[in-house]
Amino acid sequence: MTTAAAEPVPRSRVGVAARIWSLVKRHALTVYALLVVLYLMLPIAVVILFSFNDPVGRFNYVWQGFTLEHWQNWDGVLGIRHAVVTSLEIGLLGTLVATALGTLMALAIVRHGFRGRGTTNLLVFLPMSTPEIVLGASLLTLFLNTTTVFTLGYWTIFIAHVMFVISFVVVTVKARLIGFDRHLEEAAMDLGANEWTTFRKVTLPLLAPAMLAAALLGFALSLDDFVITYLVAGSEQTFPLFVWGIARVAVPPQVNVVASGIFLVAIAIAFGNAVWQIRSARRQRRGQA
Amino acid sequence: MGAFLHRHKGLTPYLLLAPGVAWLALFFLVPLGFLAYQSLQSGIYPNLEFTWEFSNFPDAISDYREQLVRSFVYAGIATVLALLLAYPLVYWIAFRAGPWRNLFLLFIVAPLFVTYLIRTLAWLNILADQGPVVGFLQDIHVLDDGEGLLYTTLAVIAGITYNFFPFMALPLYVSLEQIDARLLEAAKDLYASPTQAFLRVTLPLSAPGIVAGTLLTFIPAAGDFINAELLGTPKQQMIGNVIQAKFLESLDYATAASLSFVLMALILGALLVYARVVGTEKLTG
Repeated sequence: MTTAAAEPVPRSRVGVAARIWSLVKRHALTVYALLVVLYLMLPIAVVILFSFNDPVGRFNYVWQGFTLEHWQNWDGVLGIRHAVVTSLEIGLLGTLVATALGTLMALAIVRHGFRGRGTTNLLVFLPMSTPEIVLGASLLTLFLNTTTVFTLGYWTIFIAHVMFVISFVVVTVKARLIGFDRHLEEAAMDLGANEWTTFRKVTLPLLAPAMLAAALLGFALSLDDFVITYLVAGSEQTFPLFVWGIARVAVPPQVNVVASGIFLVAIAIAFGNAVWQIRSARRQRRGQA
Repeated sequence: MGAFLHRHKGLTPYLLLAPGVAWLALFFLVPLGFLAYQSLQSGIYPNLEFTWEFSNFPDAISDYREQLVRSFVYAGIATVLALLLAYPLVYWIAFRAGPWRNLFLLFIVAPLFVTYLIRTLAWLNILADQGPVVGFLQDIHVLDDGEGLLYTTLAVIAGITYNFFPFMALPLYVSLEQIDARLLEAAKDLYASPTQAFLRVTLPLSAPGIVAGTLLTFIPAAGDFINAELLGTPKQQMIGNVIQAKFLESLDYATAASLSFVLMALILGALLVYARVVGTEKLTG
């Protein structure tokens, strides 16, 4: 303190510089993190913004003015409705089948010791670690060499989607099963329920959240898939394929509308899920108290 | 059914597995066999013939060496960039975001909710010559007038980095979030500086996340062709572009199939090298 009084000017200068430096040091990470978030959000903002754009001519690249017209008339582009409906149908159907098959596999892998467990795990892991282009290419060669059985189109897309969603379902459900309290099932059996009743009344309800999470993930993957679908689709169109086709000409704002719609629904589900988790955690705490 | 299962307990796992395994065998393994068969054929569709044409492989490699190298270089750079972008963000979310954690986590996955092709097309808008980014960079003379960002190597790598960012960030978050805060306090009590604590405690404990994130980013990035197609020119073509075009445009199935195998083998090779470097136990969890 006394030295500060003796040489006031240089001291205070050092103090300001040091304070700024410590401020930067303290908040550098926060600033960096927020900049990365901004970078992540930028394209999303652009997609949503340009769904309200009123473009002049064919190109939707430059902001011209606000309009709701494309939201009201989202299927005003030839082929877009068919593509969206096909995507949703295959997404729902494929996810349903993949969730069923994947859940059964996860049950077998976690609950039962059996010969070939390692091999099964590998079979589940491999499709996830193979590049999509190779998955699509190999399925295409299968379909091309068995044209008497398979015709490229709706059902070959369905087959492909179930194939790549199964692995994700197995992994998601497995994670839940590993932390699973088996006493509940044992209690049901002690009370005279047979295996099937126990499975239906105890195991399945407890697994439902994990199955739902897996199904949502699978649906999102299916809805978004381009590479594999592109290779096995023949002349069938899903929404990503529709976008690909039209991107070479000019992307109409309706494409942004559909993409924004899918995005908003997904965000709503994610929020709903978060709220539901917080509530059920609270209820559990209250129950225990 | 219950009674049957009770009598044949050993069968239960196989019955549970059968449908899923059958699907994966039929539509994942068998197709790989067909891909192998196709890769050894000669000729162009529809005049293909199976001739044990092993020369397809060296031919494909020498004809498309450029695209193969480019795929791995681009994927490698994008993976490193994604790691550098994601690590500080995820670290901040795990240790500093407090009650906002889940919201910021949602920010990380949000890009996945926008159709892949469309978020790539959005970069077309952002990086367009008339756009704000190019204008700003020209103003501060990073870019010369008339120079743009679109249809450059930079744009393609940036696109790949953006598109696979969540696959880097999520496993990183999982590993950072599990770190026991008491370990960091202990490091501090033992007079470790924040840098030392990070380098000797946090970083090693997040290694599994780095490994998983790297794999989940690198593998799809190496096979990608959408970013090169939409944000690049033929000069930025990757191996995925070649495979896709050979299958769907030039109907040169044999070359396309052998290139697919080459890609898979190279990725496997890269994984093995990576495993050597980081240790096998980290790779398999």
